[in-house]
Amino acid sequence: MQLNGSEIIMECLIREGVDVMFGYPGGAILPTYDAMSKYHDQIHHVLVRHEQGASHMADGYARATGRVGVCIATSGPGATNLVTGLATAMMDSSPVVAITGQVALAAIGSDAFQETDVTGVTLPVTKHNYLVTDVNDLAYTIKEAFHIARTGRPGPVLVDVPKDVQNAYTEFIYPEQDVVLPGYQPPSSADEADIDAALKLISEAERPVILAGHGILMSNAMHELRELAERTQIPITLTLLGKGAIPEDHPLVVGMMGMHGEAASNHAIQEADLLIALGMRFDDRVTGNLKTYATKARKIHVDIDRSELNKNVKVDVGIAGDLKTVLKQMLPKIKDKTHPQWMGRIRDWLEDSNERDIINQDSNGKLLGAQVINDIWKYTDGDAITVSDVGQHQMLEAQYYPHQRPSTLLTSGGLGTMGFGLPAAIGAKFGMPHEEVWAIVGDGGFQMTLCELATAVQEKLNINIAVVNNGFLGMVRQWQELFYDKRYESTPMFSPDFCKLADAYGIPNMRVTSREQMQEAVEFARNIDGPTLIEFVVEKEEMVYPMVASGADLHDMKRRPKPGEVQ
Amino acid sequence: MTEQKLTPKITVVALVENEPGVLNRISSLFRRRGFNIDSLTVGRTHKPHVSRMTIRVDADPEYARRIATNLHKLVNVIDVKILDNEPHIVRDLALIKVRNDDAESRNTITEICERYPARIIDVGPEVAILEMVGTEEVLERFIEEVRPVGIVEMIRTGLVAMGRGTRIHDTEFKRPEIAHPKVDNHSNGNGRII
Repeated sequence: MQLNGSEIIMECLIREGVDVMFGYPGGAILPTYDAMSKYHDQIHHVLVRHEQGASHMADGYARATGRVGVCIATSGPGATNLVTGLATAMMDSSPVVAITGQVALAAIGSDAFQETDVTGVTLPVTKHNYLVTDVNDLAYTIKEAFHIARTGRPGPVLVDVPKDVQNAYTEFIYPEQDVVLPGYQPPSSADEADIDAALKLISEAERPVILAGHGILMSNAMHELRELAERTQIPITLTLLGKGAIPEDHPLVVGMMGMHGEAASNHAIQEADLLIALGMRFDDRVTGNLKTYATKARKIHVDIDRSELNKNVKVDVGIAGDLKTVLKQMLPKIKDKTHPQWMGRIRDWLEDSNERDIINQDSNGKLLGAQVINDIWKYTDGDAITVSDVGQHQMLEAQYYPHQRPSTLLTSGGLGTMGFGLPAAIGAKFGMPHEEVWAIVGDGGFQMTLCELATAVQEKLNINIAVVNNGFLGMVRQWQELFYDKRYESTPMFSPDFCKLADAYGIPNMRVTSREQMQEAVEFARNIDGPTLIEFVVEKEEMVYPMVASGADLHDMKRRPKPGEVQ
Repeated sequence: MTEQKLTPKITVVALVENEPGVLNRISSLFRRRGFNIDSLTVGRTHKPHVSRMTIRVDADPEYARRIATNLHKLVNVIDVKILDNEPHIVRDLALIKVRNDDAESRNTITEICERYPARIIDVGPEVAILEMVGTEEVLERFIEEVRPVGIVEMIRTGLVAMGRGTRIHDTEFKRPEIAHPKVDNHSNGNGRII
């Protein structure tokens, strides 16, 4: 069958199971957009309002479903606008394939109109990328791109296709054979010797802690994690992206770790004699000062990316492998254990946290961000997919919206990309149309990508947008309060009337200024089939506690005082 | 000696696909991760689709391991080996242009070259070009002896290395044929890697 490059792209996407793609047309990608019209019944194209939105949507789709998300853009500015979303996906190991148009082969290198060296630009922010220079390479390249994006440690892959390659005809033979990449063979199982070494450390430990990360979700190892923890009675701490690895109401779950983690988690890590790190990468936001990090603990680290082992934290047993496979190797050999004393200490720390918790204190009628998140949790039965942006509300979401299921908290953890929330929520809703999806965003991040409101309206997408408005870039303000003598340089922020803005888009909306309106507001949003926006006007100078200052020791947390205690 | 040896040097050998942009990927990785390279050479192997790199870094073994695991993450990198774990041979080649305009300089050059595995490969009335192949240490000794004569131009290729005996560092890799008809005339500005 003679097909041109554009049709080959569409045929290959269909064979990869793609049913939706997010993008924006333009000169160099026009042939592929023209081909789309023949494939309308198989692939739905979502017209975004800015290409950054397209890459975040593909990322949100990927995080919610575990399948590869696809975005598409034209050459030059279209492709460079994707970069933030690709970097976001890269840092959080999210499988995304980006297809970009490029100027014609003969024009490459001539500074042609809308020409950018996109493979050069995206080199450090993709897992791999391609410039396809021959239409005969196209089908295999796309197959390879999907393979690389979804396997091993997932990540974004970009395929740059010059306009004349999109137009060129060739005999289309889909490469049915498996992708062969000798330089790319993700590890799977572990050496039995390493398994035995890990089990020995586990059997010897008196104060063990599991550090569960994003890898648990990506390897689909939730069941194995739970069995490991229950049989050995080892408490579980979670990374931000590891939330959902185990239901958060499980008695062994201590809470999130790190800079704004649960204090009990951080204390447990610092006091532990064994860390079992599963699918996490000891990011500086979870370790604090590396010199004083978990100095009493021996460490087991399992990650699919060998280069993560011994990168930040020197470990005693490092296993490069697929978590599910490795845990399955461990479980038959594991001996049941209990650590009642250790669990008792952790319960004491948790009790102390409870007393300090702002949610258990009287706020004198003020509406607090923590209350907003906690009430959204309450009135959505704790069962929605929440997509947070970046900042205070993101940390509050992590603290006050416990997640029971995997892939129900989507957030930009590694890159910390403001503007991620709304577009990623749109992508997530396309992937999980039957789930309730909430974008929880701050007034700052929302304004970075709020143009995608139009996308949600055009697609009649049933998502709920919670704008937590404190009139500040709240997290930066918090740092300024703590470390810059309250010099609030460039953090007070004007915003439009978000409700009128929603009106302009035809989006049903509501403004909430007191806690009494919370239930009504959440139910209002849930009962409307289509996008809704709720603005929550919250206390301006709220702090997120606990906080480990950047580079401080993990146990050196700034805490909220207990009632009656002076700060 | 001009060279200070503060940290030990480690030699890493990588087999990579002979594809456009591979060198760019590797240099980008080193820049991004802040790896300090002493020298990097790329060359063909006996297989047209495989190139081989020798990377010399100032590093302790742990640092070298990090470099190796990160290199391995690149899709086009087929195999990586740290050669310091085994007996191996290293060679560096230098072309040195020296003053050659009086009897004394001519005699000195000839005398030095007799004591080293070096050759005079081009002679003119003003200057001569010397070629010297050897290990880093011998090469440096040679250069220091020649220096007083008057070096006017010099280039070194950087190290190439190979494990000794039957320690074969090769790959059977081949891309599937039909799906990958190789395009040779690239004009993408990245250049081919050799």
